[in-house]
Amino acid sequence: MAMFKDVLETVRMIEKERLDIRTITMGISLLDCIDSSGAKSRQKIYDKITHLAENLVKEGERIENELGIPIVNKRISVTPISLIAGSSDDLNYVEYAKILDAAAATVGINFIGGFSALVPKGFTKGDRILIDSIPEALATTNCVCSSVNLGSSKAGINMDAVKRLGEVIKETAYLTRDADSIGCAKFVAFANAVEDNPFMAGAFHGVGEAESVLNVGVSGPGVVKRALEKAQDASFGEMAEIIKKTAFKITRAGHLVGTTVAERLNVPFGILDLSLAPTPEIGDSVARILEEMGLQHCGTHGTTAALAMLNDAVKKGGIMASTSVGGFSGAFIPVSEDEGMIEAVECGALTFDKLEAMTSVCSVGIDMVAIPGDTPASTISGILADEAAIGVINNKTTGVRVIPVYGKDVGDTAEFGGLLGRAPIMAVNKNDCSVFINRGGQIPAPIHSFKN
Amino acid sequence: MRAVVTVIGKDRTGIIYNVSKILAENEVNIEDISQTVMHDFFTMIMLVDMKNMSVDFGVLKAALEEIGNTIGMSIRIQHEDLFNAMHTI
Repeated sequence: MAMFKDVLETVRMIEKERLDIRTITMGISLLDCIDSSGAKSRQKIYDKITHLAENLVKEGERIENELGIPIVNKRISVTPISLIAGSSDDLNYVEYAKILDAAAATVGINFIGGFSALVPKGFTKGDRILIDSIPEALATTNCVCSSVNLGSSKAGINMDAVKRLGEVIKETAYLTRDADSIGCAKFVAFANAVEDNPFMAGAFHGVGEAESVLNVGVSGPGVVKRALEKAQDASFGEMAEIIKKTAFKITRAGHLVGTTVAERLNVPFGILDLSLAPTPEIGDSVARILEEMGLQHCGTHGTTAALAMLNDAVKKGGIMASTSVGGFSGAFIPVSEDEGMIEAVECGALTFDKLEAMTSVCSVGIDMVAIPGDTPASTISGILADEAAIGVINNKTTGVRVIPVYGKDVGDTAEFGGLLGRAPIMAVNKNDCSVFINRGGQIPAPIHSFKN
Repeated sequence: MRAVVTVIGKDRTGIIYNVSKILAENEVNIEDISQTVMHDFFTMIMLVDMKNMSVDFGVLKAALEEIGNTIGMSIRIQHEDLFNAMHTI
């Protein structure tokens, strides 16, 4: 039996420090749902998802109950729809989004990811139709999440996609203007997208994946912060050690949940993503961890270094704890979903440019950032291009989830509610980049892509 | 299958009696108990064996939570696996 103090530590982590399993995400391949008839294809999609994921929520809740650790979200990711719908004659894929939404409602999950296209080196017919369908798809569904991979370290950056997605984000913002442009919160533009990510909005089930798998995303910023609180005089080496040990424990809990749920659903366990994912709740913030290290506010000088150390230590602790670490596995820095980030923006400590610098050393990128509604599409494309460049050159995943909130400007706040939180509108650079964006074509693959 | 019962709250008479009564009624065997009282604060951890348990896990959990509410203690029951996973290499 675990020691007395170990038991109490686990109970305290769950009760007081918000340790939870952020998501169990079932990846489902839809490759066998391809059909020249769109209607038939969609019927196969609905039938397959509702059959395979029939017990996902039930088993998730059962394990939550037995282990006494909350599993906040149960979700599904599917094969990028552009690959599935491309062989049909349909000229618009909104109906595919609607069937995913219907399947999600039937099995009782809150998000389904995979209304996606992979275009780092160019578009297929299906990719173009899917991208054109994104605004309406996100405006007319509740649970569907969309993503586009527009660059990779192997292929460079598809600047035509960068340009088009700036417009798509603006259109989505307009179509969901009655809810603070919330449609944009369900869309991510990636570079080096990972195929086994369990977190939304960017989850999709890659073509190299098995028929069906179960992936897990853990969390626990509050646990890491609490551990550091107890070590006020620690040096950097000592802090790294504390973070590693904490990440190890969190990861082990996630691994146990993932393997147990997978076994009971009779699907293989995929990966465990050990990202520190914050929520808007007090005590569940990544920004507060950085401040605990000695920064007055997240965003001040030193923040990038603090985040780099946190990210690296989390990975090291997690890797030791599970042989199936994958996904993003680092620290997330979404603004609207982290109360410490929100405060840092509101008090002027954290700017857009600093956030961009931070994305070069941690998971993902410019995440859940609300910007003025009148930001031109070309400026949004510029943001996408910058983040993609950071990812492509540094061999890491980067993503952009920005929300140009229709009718709002700096000083206003967008309210998304629930896990998506609220976001103060952040200023972006007002100088024009449209000539750059309009050039079109491909930014070539970086020199380090030629490794063969 | 074994589980860990954690009982935390202000010390009072009859805590062990009330918890072990529920366990006995449901054929759950207590294998180990550790407890401590610090500044009037009672903490107890029990390792229990549920091999012959006569009810569903959820029913036992609800019964323990209910008696916890009655006597003003926080009572949790969790599978042993979680603690072993987190605290052993």
